[in-house]
Amino acid sequence: MSDTAKPKPAAASRANTKKELPEHLKAYKHVWVMVELERGVVHPVSWELMGEGRKLADQLKVDLAAVVLGPPGGTEAAVTDAFGYGADVCYLVENNSLADYRNEPYTAAMTELVNTYKPEILLLGATNLGRDLAGSVATTLLTGLTADCTELAVDAEGSLAATRPTFGGSLLCTIFTLNYRPQMATMRPRVAPMPLYRAGRSGRIQRHEVSLPEESIVTKLIDFLPDGTTGKANLPYADIVVSGGLGMQTAENYQLVRDLAAVLGAEWGGSRPLVQKGWITSDRQIGQTGKTIRPRLYIAAGISGAIQHRVGVEGADLIVAINTDKNAPIFDFAHVGIVADAMKVLPALTEAFRKRLAPAAMRPAAE
Amino acid sequence: MHIVVCIKQVPDSAQIRVHPVTNTIMRQGVPTIINPYDLFSLEEALRLRDRNGGEVTCVTMGPPMAESALRKCMTYGADRAVLLTDRFFAGADTLATTYALAHLVTKVTEHWGAPDIVFCGKQTIDGDTAQVGPGIAKRLGLLQLTYVQKIEHCDLAAREIVVHRRAEGGIQVLKAKLPCLVTMLEGTNDMRRGTMEDAFRAARAEIVTWSAAQAQIPDLAFCGLKGSPTIVKKVFAPPPRAEKAFQIGVEGKTAGDISETLVAEIFKRQPGLEQDLTKSAGADF
Ligand SMILES: Cc1cc2nc3c(=O)[nH]c(=O)nc-3n(C[C@H](O)[C@H](O)[C@H](O)COP(=O)(O)OP(=O)(O)OC[C@H]3O[C@@H](n4cnc5c(N)ncnc54)[C@H](O)[C@@H]3O)c2cc1C
Ligand SMILES: Nc1ncnc2c1ncn2[C@@H]1O[C@H](COP(=O)(O)O)[C@@H](O)[C@H]1O
Repeated sequence: MSDTAKPKPAAASRANTKKELPEHLKAYKHVWVMVELERGVVHPVSWELMGEGRKLADQLKVDLAAVVLGPPGGTEAAVTDAFGYGADVCYLVENNSLADYRNEPYTAAMTELVNTYKPEILLLGATNLGRDLAGSVATTLLTGLTADCTELAVDAEGSLAATRPTFGGSLLCTIFTLNYRPQMATMRPRVAPMPLYRAGRSGRIQRHEVSLPEESIVTKLIDFLPDGTTGKANLPYADIVVSGGLGMQTAENYQLVRDLAAVLGAEWGGSRPLVQKGWITSDRQIGQTGKTIRPRLYIAAGISGAIQHRVGVEGADLIVAINTDKNAPIFDFAHVGIVADAMKVLPALTEAFRKRLAPAAMRPAAE
Repeated sequence: MHIVVCIKQVPDSAQIRVHPVTNTIMRQGVPTIINPYDLFSLEEALRLRDRNGGEVTCVTMGPPMAESALRKCMTYGADRAVLLTDRFFAGADTLATTYALAHLVTKVTEHWGAPDIVFCGKQTIDGDTAQVGPGIAKRLGLLQLTYVQKIEHCDLAAREIVVHRRAEGGIQVLKAKLPCLVTMLEGTNDMRRGTMEDAFRAARAEIVTWSAAQAQIPDLAFCGLKGSPTIVKKVFAPPPRAEKAFQIGVEGKTAGDISETLVAEIFKRQPGLEQDLTKSAGADF
């Protein structure tokens, strides 16, 4: 029984109740974005959210604030970038206990900030860190949280309208948090575009001390095993993605997708059934329950274009679809289509790109 | 050792159809399954029990028919199952869901002892929020270990647990104390088949079923739709894109011809891409 499973008539009737915010909640103002700083690196989803937060703050005519939590001396770049990406204010907590993400100190710091400075909207990335933290913070504050939003807006009355797919993406629903503050939402990486960076832009830094003695924290980080840099898929931030679906028919044929990806220096991925069949690993699944991608070029071979797949690729600049069925739903949202057998087109396409991209000196003399 | 596993019965959404006219979900006749992510947690719980001895209690909050999902858990080897079912819980969002589930765990504790570990799935395939686990942990004051790839060790005497947790850019090896709440990452184990003995036991077993009153849920105002701070105002189908894909003609052409036309079309639409690609291709030689 999740937020999406509400019986409709009841929801509809409540939706019409005119809301008057209780007096003690009127003090909640401004839009906050949690800046996810892990091991010295800010997850880009924080800046994507900063872009969305900027729009909300402008509409509400309030400030946009960044929340930066980290170890002493380890937050400077994150703070500078937060202003560059649009924050007016930065709430900064520096503490040795915040050196690595752990739920306990992060929840304590975040809830204390919220209770002290009272934001009306709090946005976090729907990453492992963001999801781990958001659930704890929302439950501590006893407020509403809308997870994995695809769109954030402010309605005429100034309430946050958070839209997310429901039931695996067949439909979208818009969710409100009325009579509770802050209104919390998470958004997945690459759902929103990266905002422009304005170097030299600055703002007010509000430092806040939180007492987080290490002895009081039970969870200890005893090791960190970094991922190898090779062989690790990074589809969300790839420039070009080539993918295959069940139309590839066999695991062997899927090699054609990888061949094309290799020529383009692209990432390769696929639809969910390929993960279930074991042709690709789950970090290469594209769509609602996989990765959301935003490449400059997306080439989909033998994919029907189910809504769960569509929501993960709609942010691509150019979508090319190869499918034998001219009525496949993918042609409803692809920009360029080819009604043909992927097993024939993919090798030819790989060859065509190879020829076109080879430096002049390397081209066969006959050309 | 006592382990509680929170499972949810969900519609097998691969088979969900949306009504073309009313845009509502046609749930009639859609088969239900145990939320697939929960099975990784259940299997991990069963392994811990097999190693350390003790009991696994599966719990769920849902409609009466969720009993079948719990019975299925018993065929896998769970020792007992508890269903919390009441109309007061209908329409719960994550906050209201965790209120009821946290009290359910408390009630289970009164009957069968405090759990050393509470397991949840990483997320559900219908709610898909990944928030219920952290919410339960917070309400019960349990440490939470989410996105766990591996339980490296679990020492009951020392009350200590070490896990590998998936983080950005690598794996955190975390040491914490029991009791705690764990959510397992998908693909970390394979659900066992369950023995014949378990199947017979499950078929005959009584699924403990409690109403809100029987579970002594303290305040119904925090349950269901009433206790949910979030409100679904609108459900709608995603709007179609204005125009259909531009089709590259294929009639009477070879795959080679088609491909060259496509490459030209791609670079016409994304000129910057060609420059970048030629640059990086050149760099490789
Ligand atoms: C809760 C939920 C979450 C989901 N999440 C995701 C997700 O994240 N990502 C995802 O992708 N799916 C997801 N799905 C599954 C989704 O609904 C579809 O089932 C899936 O995307 C279909 O994969 P497909 O297009 O590869 O296969 P199909 O739908 O079987 O399509 C195969 C296509 O290949 C074409 N074809 C056949 N032969 C050839 C050929 N020789 N050359 C070219 N084309 C050919 C066919 O015309 C057809 O259009 C989810 C489903 C649910 C219920
Ligand atoms: N109604 C429920 N009954 C029991 N467990 C649940 C219920 N809803 C969610 N859970 C647990 O919480 C996890 C996360 O769910 P969600 O936050 O909906 O993605 C699930 O994998 C289950 O383990």
